[in-house]
Amino acid sequence: MKKNIIAVAATGIVLATMVSCKPKNAGNAVSGDAAQKSFVAPGKYDEYYNFVSGGFSGQLAVYGLPSGRLFRVIPVFSVDPEKGWGYSEETKPMLNTSHGFVPWDDLHHPELSQTNGEIDGKWVFGNANNTPRLARIDLKTFKTAEIIELPNSGGNHSSPFGTENTEYIVAGTRFSVPEDGAGDVPINTYKKNFKGHISFVSVDKESGRMKIAFQLKTPGVNFDLARCGRAKSHGWFFFSCYNTEQANTLLEVNASQKDKDFIMAVNWKKAEEYIKQGKGVKKSVKYAHNVWNEETHTATSTIEKEVLVLDVAELKDICYFIPCPKSPHGCDVDPTGEFIVGSGKLAAVIPVFSFDKLQKAISEKAFDGDYQGIPVVKYEAALYGEVKKPGLGPLHTEFDGKGNAYTSFFVSSEVVKWNIKDLAVIDRVPTFYSVGHLCIPGGNTRKPSPKYLIAYNKITKDRYLPTGPELTQSAQIYDISGEKMQLILDFPTIGEPHYAQAAPADVIRNNGQLKIYKIGENKHPYVSKGEGEAKVIRNGKTVHVNMTSIRSHFAPDNIEGIKLGDEVYFHITNLEQDWDVPHGFGIKGANNAELLIMPGETTTLKWVPDRTGIFPMYCTDFCSALHQEMQGYVRVSPANSTVPLTFSIGTNIPKAENK
Amino acid sequence: MKKVLILLSSTALIYACGGSSSNKSNQGSTNQATQTESTTPESKSDDYDATRGEGKFTSENITIGATLDTKLAKAGEEIQGVKCSSCHRLTEEKLVGPGWKGVTQRRKPEWIMNFITNPEPMIDKDPAVQAQLELCLVRMPNQSLTEDEARNIYEFMRKNDGVK
Repeated sequence: MKKNIIAVAATGIVLATMVSCKPKNAGNAVSGDAAQKSFVAPGKYDEYYNFVSGGFSGQLAVYGLPSGRLFRVIPVFSVDPEKGWGYSEETKPMLNTSHGFVPWDDLHHPELSQTNGEIDGKWVFGNANNTPRLARIDLKTFKTAEIIELPNSGGNHSSPFGTENTEYIVAGTRFSVPEDGAGDVPINTYKKNFKGHISFVSVDKESGRMKIAFQLKTPGVNFDLARCGRAKSHGWFFFSCYNTEQANTLLEVNASQKDKDFIMAVNWKKAEEYIKQGKGVKKSVKYAHNVWNEETHTATSTIEKEVLVLDVAELKDICYFIPCPKSPHGCDVDPTGEFIVGSGKLAAVIPVFSFDKLQKAISEKAFDGDYQGIPVVKYEAALYGEVKKPGLGPLHTEFDGKGNAYTSFFVSSEVVKWNIKDLAVIDRVPTFYSVGHLCIPGGNTRKPSPKYLIAYNKITKDRYLPTGPELTQSAQIYDISGEKMQLILDFPTIGEPHYAQAAPADVIRNNGQLKIYKIGENKHPYVSKGEGEAKVIRNGKTVHVNMTSIRSHFAPDNIEGIKLGDEVYFHITNLEQDWDVPHGFGIKGANNAELLIMPGETTTLKWVPDRTGIFPMYCTDFCSALHQEMQGYVRVSPANSTVPLTFSIGTNIPKAENK
Repeated sequence: MKKVLILLSSTALIYACGGSSSNKSNQGSTNQATQTESTTPESKSDDYDATRGEGKFTSENITIGATLDTKLAKAGEEIQGVKCSSCHRLTEEKLVGPGWKGVTQRRKPEWIMNFITNPEPMIDKDPAVQAQLELCLVRMPNQSLTEDEARNIYEFMRKNDGVK
């Protein structure tokens, strides 16, 4: 420690003295070369992609590191009129649930897929907290490709964390609830009727297709976060749990009674053995499974009826509870797979558990009794050691692969770097303010890429120009390439930047990025492959308009013979075959949104005219010098009109009547 | 060394062009990095060949028969319906772009096939295309045609021009 101080003093870094007196004003915590370190020149690429959850926006934002530039907001669980997500006929089924169409959710955690414990650039997963679901986003298209609902769950917070080869993505329920179909029970029967369920969702290696392989039925507690074992601990999963008091009211007080809650260690290989022996029980439930088809550009929603459940109180050796101080939030496994770091929100220490010691304790049955049928491992028997007095309110830990851990502290607004082996604090830096999760690119893998650390803050206060009562949310980037952490950039984010993951840019940009949909491979049932196929067809009161768009006109662009009471479906095929040339479509009075149609894609807008008259339609995405010319008219006549159905482009049908 | 300098200066020129046409409407491909990659190999010298155009095709690597290859022409007609007919008439009439009638008499086959597979650099360099752009004001989009598709379309253009 003394040596450290001397070294720092000798190098004359002003920052060190500032850190020790914890500046209230952030400006002076930034040293001179910060701009240089975060600057990415115009036209140059960033080093990393940063996938940042939008929290209550329900979406996933994609930023570049170290510039903090926003590239894209991927609509996931919430409708997005800008992209037609949840408004076009093709995307509506993606937001279907057993409760019907749900237009909003709360996305907290992104999880990048891995192969052999490293980020493979295929998919990123996201969790829906409110109406429990998992989403898979395809990183070739940056589009949500699949959403699966989770039965027996309430508040899907302990999710979507994955295993080393993305064999499974897990989904642990935050709220314990009565099992689906349990009927009408009083809330005060929590202890008797409320259960936790952890879903293990398998992911097909090639297609990415998800399936609820099984659920573990656990005692009723709150599950918060989770991490898979890796390398030597592959085959295990670790979940933080709180409210082991089993309170169902005023949890702020009633769930903070005990000195220790638990980290639940799950041997999922053991669960697989039980399933092979036929020990699981099939339960009748109801959940939606929504899949996007890249060939038809259309989603389908299927209601599934069954789930396989393993009761971990009956089926021994799947689960063990490890006591962990005071309402643990983070439950993070280091790159070697040996150390499991618990972060008790209300604790004064950070306990570090040893996987080897845990295995020994289990084999020697070093238990402190059981909790509702699950063995409780003796704290000391699994403990490697504690980081003493690290700060106030530890939340979450990421790793640099060089033997160091970085833990966020919500209450004391700081990031603390400490050494895993000797549990000594190396450095601490302030955050502005109230940091939640941290991210190091690959920080949850076998091979982190420890150049930057990003802190995602809960409170912004005075960091930016004020914008009324609601302020932007904020993230901060630290250079962690040296011994000391250095703040180099603040950047504002959408929604709540709850958690994020980052990947080296090349892993994703070289994964076979889709630039266009090949028009020849378009299998949409209403595709128009060329203007020659554009047409308008009446089928009773339903009218299908198969329309094309190309710079800079629609075909057809004059349509007559639509009548009041008709339901009109505009199926628009973008005939462009060049990267970055989407067309948009808007029509007056549409009660939904615009369409944004990618090159070679077909997308459908339903339009029910509410009055007679002439309705303009136009391209909404600036496409060429003649973009403002990309427009047309639809004539809506009275219900009993005899105006024939006609459509045209370039010439008047019927002939012009102007005199 | 001199060559390197020329290369550098011509690259800079391309960058400058890309920069000035930053408006999406004026750009076929809006990604500067990609644009530079794809044009650099072609910009080894400043002598743009307005007869051949710029791209993969030369008079040596394409074979045009004395009579029409009806099979190729039929395939070309199909592609034309999907990727070209929105903007080009088969007559001399200009729609978004010029009509196709007579094009095989005005242009070498390699020029046509280079232009339809590699429009962006040719729009920037070819004097005839630049003159056309002043009339049409829409840069012809890259429709991601394969080499075979380009050949088929050329054969259909010949048919359209009366080759039997």
